[in-house]
Amino acid sequence: MSFRIVVLAKQVPDTRNVGKDAMKADGTVNRAALPAIYNPEDLNALEMALEIKSKIKDAEVIVLTMGPPRAAEIIRESVYRGADKGYLITDRKFAGSDTLATSYAISLAIKKLAPYHLVISGRQAIDGDTAQVGPQAAEKLGIPQITYAEEFISATDKDITIKRRLERGIEVVKTPLPALLTVHSSAPDCRPRNAKLLMRYKYARTLTELQEETRDYTELFDKRPYLQIDEWTVADLNADVELLGLSGSPTKVKKIENVVLQQKETILLTSADKDIEGLIKELIDSHIIG
Amino acid sequence: MANFYTDNENIKFHLTHPLMEKIVRLKERNFADKENYDFAPIDFEDALDNYDKVLEIIGEITGNIIAENAESVDHDGPLLENNEVKYAKGTQQNYDALVEAGLIGMSLPRQYGGLNFSMVPYVMSAEIVARGDAGFTNIWGLQDCAETIHEFASDEIKNDFLPRFNRDGATAAMDLTEPDAGSDLQAVQLKATYNENAKTWVLNGVKRFITNGDADVSLVLARSEEGTSDARGLSLFVYDRKDNAMIVRRIENKLGIKGSPTCELVFTNAPAKLVGDRKMGLIKYVMSLMNSARLGVGAQSVGIAEAAYREALKYAHEREQFGKAIIQYPAVYELLTNMKAKTDAIRTLLYDTCRYVDIYKSYIFIAEDRSLTSEERNDFKHHQKVADVYTPLLKLFSSEYCNQIAYDSLQIHGGTGFMKDFPIERIYRDARITTIYEGTSQLQVVAAIRGVSNGVYLKSLRDYAKVDVKPELQYLKDSLIKMTDQFAKTIEKVTEMDNTEIFDFHARRLVEMAGNIIIGFLLLLDSNRNDQYKKSAEVFIRLGKTENIQKVSFINNFDLKEIGNYKF
Repeated sequence: MSFRIVVLAKQVPDTRNVGKDAMKADGTVNRAALPAIYNPEDLNALEMALEIKSKIKDAEVIVLTMGPPRAAEIIRESVYRGADKGYLITDRKFAGSDTLATSYAISLAIKKLAPYHLVISGRQAIDGDTAQVGPQAAEKLGIPQITYAEEFISATDKDITIKRRLERGIEVVKTPLPALLTVHSSAPDCRPRNAKLLMRYKYARTLTELQEETRDYTELFDKRPYLQIDEWTVADLNADVELLGLSGSPTKVKKIENVVLQQKETILLTSADKDIEGLIKELIDSHIIG
Repeated sequence: MANFYTDNENIKFHLTHPLMEKIVRLKERNFADKENYDFAPIDFEDALDNYDKVLEIIGEITGNIIAENAESVDHDGPLLENNEVKYAKGTQQNYDALVEAGLIGMSLPRQYGGLNFSMVPYVMSAEIVARGDAGFTNIWGLQDCAETIHEFASDEIKNDFLPRFNRDGATAAMDLTEPDAGSDLQAVQLKATYNENAKTWVLNGVKRFITNGDADVSLVLARSEEGTSDARGLSLFVYDRKDNAMIVRRIENKLGIKGSPTCELVFTNAPAKLVGDRKMGLIKYVMSLMNSARLGVGAQSVGIAEAAYREALKYAHEREQFGKAIIQYPAVYELLTNMKAKTDAIRTLLYDTCRYVDIYKSYIFIAEDRSLTSEERNDFKHHQKVADVYTPLLKLFSSEYCNQIAYDSLQIHGGTGFMKDFPIERIYRDARITTIYEGTSQLQVVAAIRGVSNGVYLKSLRDYAKVDVKPELQYLKDSLIKMTDQFAKTIEKVTEMDNTEIFDFHARRLVEMAGNIIIGFLLLLDSNRNDQYKKSAEVFIRLGKTENIQKVSFINNFDLKEIGNYKF
């Protein structure tokens, strides 16, 4: 039996370089103005999965992503980097899901991929910064979780040892498998896309995407069946519709405020040791340095 | 999240040149590989899309990794440990990323693990990488050696060595120069001896100034014919690092491209395999290798020029003096505009030359499988002939211009540019080698002057003049035609003097005159395809015209007797 690693990845609006039109008047994210990207820490997660794959015999990496049809791009970007396969969880009924509903849907999808050894996701996504979906999925699957993973140390069929990045240090922990990891941005960056894999998979499409294409892919897909990206809907997951979308999401956004950072007070420091020490301490306390 | 390909539309402009369809068709041979390799293109559009997407990967790696590491690589440099080269940490990181991305052996056929890319996108990669870190381009660009093995070595050698490039990320070196054989490679002394019993060649001797000398695969030029002293006694060998019979004696401490290890090597009874035929080493194989390497230096120079121009443009916008940004002063904006025009100039010459090389190289490989039709043979000969005289012209112009541009960029930075705080200080040092290695500018003139005397440049110029251009560009074309007439008259004038020394004395002037008009036409044709090159065409043709007038004036007013003033 192969060592199966499931990577959870999300397509997010690129909130790192926001322009003036990043937010709409009603305070929600203007997705049209921001390019859709691979959530950065999910790329760290994919790298950890690929690294484990390279060190463990007979391992495979399967990527799961949930989102609108265009999120199939995440699957392509993953196979360009060495993932073996991917599934897109997509259905209008998922719309409006909060972390609870999302982790419910994702845990059902992971169960469909059983038996698996590892589930790896990024610590959090840059559009919501909740860091909840990974841990909630682990709870629903009833498996142990290691959050803030930074470095893969070793693994066998039965357990895994991971170095965690904590606020004030590091911790090396071992857990039985299957387990879920959430990966921190301090973990190694993801490897680049591989030229041959890119050329091999660039025509990979979901059925939904194929319907939008003007060119005929029939012959190509007959010859190269691996180009088809599978889509899983609510029906495929046998999900309870009540637990999805808005009805399955207890989180209600009450109000959104735009916070504008302003310079309000000025502190004058001299070159005296006391002042410098105080400044350094403040910077460390506020995690700007250290 | 910088991408040095997508942020520079000039490269894509050249990638979408109308001749690309022909180039791809010749390279892909009716797209036969699509049946055997699932990453091979199915048609022209697919192939071009592959080029585009793969260049995007290279742009990303260069922007995010190679450029980021450039400063530390320049500072750390490689180390010599136990007679072996250890790359700077950043260099290793750069190379690992390119290996991981499967970008070593780009132009090799798929059967050897390569991507079977044509020269154009491969050279574009070199340009992109050079903009990030000029020195690193050498390590990356030495995959040219794989191409030489592919072109000339036996199947046995090809099967042994070629798959290592893409699969294992093998590095390469070309070991040509020696303490007493620099520009004059005929003087090479490293000895190759054939051992009749073991049926192998062994190498003994010293090589100096070898870029990336401790590579996995080395092509070594050696004297295989005892008692000879010229080019006809030299053969080319391939040495495998695994044989452990060569040591690195020292790494040079250089002005620039510090990340690129320049080594002195000692071979002691080193087993090696003969590439191709004996005695053809320098005459045929190294000449071909050098031509690729010159194209490589052309790409490196364009990359450096682009980097230098961008640094200057950014600084000139940011730096304020006397109450306004310095870019608003004529003395500064003229410099910047000329830098831009010269960068566009050498880039267009680079890819034009590259297209000629691409086409004739493809014919060579086609001819291995079937005989060419007479039409194809003529096409092959034409492209090879032009490539042979455009390559030294490119090397001359691109390397000289990249130095001028780096100089002007540093000048715009003022005192700040002289400090290590800004990248221009490194770029300026890195640029300096380009006019020296792979044949000095003076030697490029020796090669390029053939294009003047055999009429190939003039023929090219007359051909360009036949292309119809948009009415608003006609005046530029008229100028260029006048410049061509003036050039033709000047050649006649010098030829009539019937004195070899005088011809050699004026050679550089004549070659540069040709170059100015050729580049002028290329920029005109670029403007014909895309308006945004019109400004560079206008600026460059003005510069070229003025320069040519100066040269003509020098030549026309030069009395034979005056040559004595210049001699020692």
